[in-house]
Amino acid sequence: MAVTTSKMTASSQTMNNVEAVRATLYEALKNDDRIIILGEDVGARGNVFLITKDFIDEFGPQRIIDTPIAEASIVGIAVGMAMEGLRPIAEIQFADFIYPSFNQIVGEAAKTRYRSNGEYTCPLVIRTPYGGGVRGALSHSVSVEALFYHVPGLKIVAPAFPADVKGLLNAAIDDPDPVLFLEHKKTYRLIKGEVPSGHYTIPIGKANVLKEGTQLSVVSYGLYVHWALEAARALEGDGLSVEVIDLRSIRPMDRTTILNSVEKTRKLLIIHEDNKFGGIGAEISAMVAEEALFNLDAPIRRLCAPDVPAMGYAETLEHEFMSSPEKMAKAMREMVAF
Amino acid sequence: MPTTVTMPQLGETVTEGTVAQWLKKPGENVEKYEPFVEVSTDKVNAEVPAPVSGVLRELLVKEGETVATGTPIAIIESAEAADSAGKVEANRMASDEPVPGMTNAPTRTNGQAARAPVSAASEDALRSASPAVRKLAREHQIDVRTLHGTGEGGRVTAQDVLAAAQTSPAGAAVTSVPARKAAPSPSGASTYDAPTPGTVIPLTQARRIIAQRMLESKQSAPHAWSTVEIDVTNVWKWREREKSRFEQECGYKLTLLPFFIRAVVQSLQKFPLVNARFTNDGIHVLKDINIGVAIGLPSNLIVPVIRNADRLTIKALGIAAGELIDKARKNKLGVDDLAGGTFTVNNNGANGSILSAPIINGGQAGIVTMEAVVKRPVVLDGDAIAIRHMMNSCLSLDHRVLDGYTASGFLADLKRRMESMGPDGTI
Repeated sequence: MAVTTSKMTASSQTMNNVEAVRATLYEALKNDDRIIILGEDVGARGNVFLITKDFIDEFGPQRIIDTPIAEASIVGIAVGMAMEGLRPIAEIQFADFIYPSFNQIVGEAAKTRYRSNGEYTCPLVIRTPYGGGVRGALSHSVSVEALFYHVPGLKIVAPAFPADVKGLLNAAIDDPDPVLFLEHKKTYRLIKGEVPSGHYTIPIGKANVLKEGTQLSVVSYGLYVHWALEAARALEGDGLSVEVIDLRSIRPMDRTTILNSVEKTRKLLIIHEDNKFGGIGAEISAMVAEEALFNLDAPIRRLCAPDVPAMGYAETLEHEFMSSPEKMAKAMREMVAF
Repeated sequence: MPTTVTMPQLGETVTEGTVAQWLKKPGENVEKYEPFVEVSTDKVNAEVPAPVSGVLRELLVKEGETVATGTPIAIIESAEAADSAGKVEANRMASDEPVPGMTNAPTRTNGQAARAPVSAASEDALRSASPAVRKLAREHQIDVRTLHGTGEGGRVTAQDVLAAAQTSPAGAAVTSVPARKAAPSPSGASTYDAPTPGTVIPLTQARRIIAQRMLESKQSAPHAWSTVEIDVTNVWKWREREKSRFEQECGYKLTLLPFFIRAVVQSLQKFPLVNARFTNDGIHVLKDINIGVAIGLPSNLIVPVIRNADRLTIKALGIAAGELIDKARKNKLGVDDLAGGTFTVNNNGANGSILSAPIINGGQAGIVTMEAVVKRPVVLDGDAIAIRHMMNSCLSLDHRVLDGYTASGFLADLKRRMESMGPDGTI
C-alpha cells in the first residue's frame, strides 16, 4: 500500500489526519490478523474519505466488511466479534448516524466486562468522523461526545494532531475495552504534522499542554484546539500569556493536567464545538469547582455552541454556530482582563 | 458615628510609619481634609488630612511609635455618616499610588468589640473578591479592602494580592515594630549611626528596603561593568569660573554633577537603549529621561529623581540637584521626588574612590558613576606630557538590555561630550 505523503524521513513522515488514520489502520491490519474493519462503504468504496481505499484488495472481504446501512448491526456484530477474541474496528460513516447503535454501544459494549464479571471484555474500537465547519448541515456536522460521555465503561478519544491520531488509535486498538474514536472531519485534510514511524501508543486519558501560559488556562479538543492555539499565540503579541491544553481524551479526563494548570493561572476557559448545556465543559467546570475552587480568580467560562437542534446549512448559520479564532481571542482577552 | 483612621501607606514599598506628632489633641474638632497628624517614614514626612469632620476622640498610637500601614491610629467621632468617597480622597497623598483607605475597622467601645460600618467601596472589594483572592489574602495576611484593584471594574485580582505581598515581605503589613523589638539580641542592640561591636543593629525599614532592592537587582539583572577615563580639565576650569556666580544667584554649590548629568542625558538621547527597562514582555525603551541622583546619608541611601532632565540646562540641573540634596539632608523628600527614575548617576568620588561597580537601581538598564577627579600626568596627542584633571566613570549595565557594544558606545560618547565641554561660555 502506498501512503501518500509529501515528505518522508527515516524516523517520521508528514501526514494529514486522514493519512494518519489510514496508515495506522494499515499497519494494524498487517500486524494483527484479529483485526477486522466493518462499516458502510469501507470495502469496495474504500470509505467516503478514502481511508480504507484498496484495503479490501489486500486483506480480503472477510477482514474488510461492507455492511448494510444498519448502524445497530455494525456495532452489534462488532461487539460479538470482540467478545469472541477478534479485534473489530467498527466505522460509523458519520457520527450523525450513530444513534441507531446507541443501545449496542451503551447497553452492550460498555457493560460487557461488568455484566460478565470480567469473564468477557469488549476490545472494540468505534471510529467515526464528527464535527462541523464543512457545510455539512444538520446530518453531517454533529458532535456526539456528550451523549456518550456519561457512560462508565466507555472511553472517548478525540485527537487533533496526526501524531496523536496514530498514537491514540493504536492505544484504542490495544485497549481491552470499548473506545469511541472521534475524528474531526474538518481537520482531516486541514491539519498536517510529523508522525513518527513504527508502532507507538499515546496513553488514553492524558492531555497535552500545547502552549504554556500564566494568565489563563484554555482547555479544548478537536478542531478548536488549533483555533485556540492560534488565538493564544496571536495574543502573545499583546503580552497576554495563555496556556492551551489539548484534552485529546475526553474520558477518562486528565484531571491532573487541568488542575495543575488552573492552580498556576487561576482562570479557566473551556472551548468546545458541542453545545454548552450538559457538555464536556460542564463536567470540567464541575470538577475544577470541586477540586480547585480556592485557586479560582474568575468564574469559569465555557465558550460553546448555542443550544439549538443542529448546525444550519446556510453559511451564516454555520458561522454563527461555530466559534472562530477571533471569538476565542475575545473571550481570552476578557478573562485575562477580569 | 466613629471613623477609625489607619496608618496610610506613604510610598509603594513603605509598610510602616511613625507618628511624628499629633497636630490635634483628643477632644478637639477637626475639619475634613485638615491635617491632624504628622507621619514620618524612612523616606517621607507627611501631614495626614482628616477623612471626616468631627471630634478627635481617641489617639491609638503614641508620638514616636511606629506601626504597620493599615493599623488604626485614631478615632474621629463625626456628627454625620461619613461619605466613603471623601474618605478615600482624604487619605490619598500626592501620588497615584494605592493608599489603604481609611477603613472603618472594628472599634473598641466600652471595652467591647463592635463592628463599625465599612465604607461601600471597600465592602465591594470584599464582595467581589474571588476565592483565590480570599485565600491568598488570608495566607499573606493582607486586607483586600486596602488594595487598589487592577482587574475589571477595579476588581482586586489574585495578582494584586501577590504584588502587595511582595512589597510587604514577611507579612510586614501586620507586623508592627514593637513585635520585632520584643526579641532583642542577647548581647544588646546599637544603632546604625553609632554601631557598637558585639551588638546587633535592628533593621530599620529603610535598611530593609535597601537590602531588598539591592538583592532583587543583583539577582535579577546580570550586571556587567565598563569604565572610561575622562579628561575633565576644561569642564573643571569652566566650573571654577562659574562657581561663585552660580552660588550667588542660586544659593547652591556648583559641583561637577550638573555638567555630568547634562552629558549623560545627551548620551542617553543618542543611545536610547541605555534609557530602557527589561521586562518579560520586552525591553521598554523609555520616552522620558528622569535621572536619579544617588545621595548617601549617614544611615540611608536615597535616590531622588530629576524629572525630564533632558529639558534642563546645566544651570537648571544644578538647581534641581541642589534642591534634592538639600531636601534629602533635611529629610524633606516627598513621594514624588523619589519616583520615576529611568537612569541613575552616582557621584561617589567625593571621598577619593577611583573605581566602583555599583548595583543598578530600580529595574533600570544602567547606573554610571563619577569617580574622584585627580590631577595626573597624561600623555597628550603629540606625545607631550601634561598635568590634567582626570576622572573615571564606571558604568554598570543590565546585560539583559545592553551588550558591550552599546555600553561602550555610550561611555565613549559620554567621555567625548565631557571632554568637549568648557572652558568658556555660560552655564
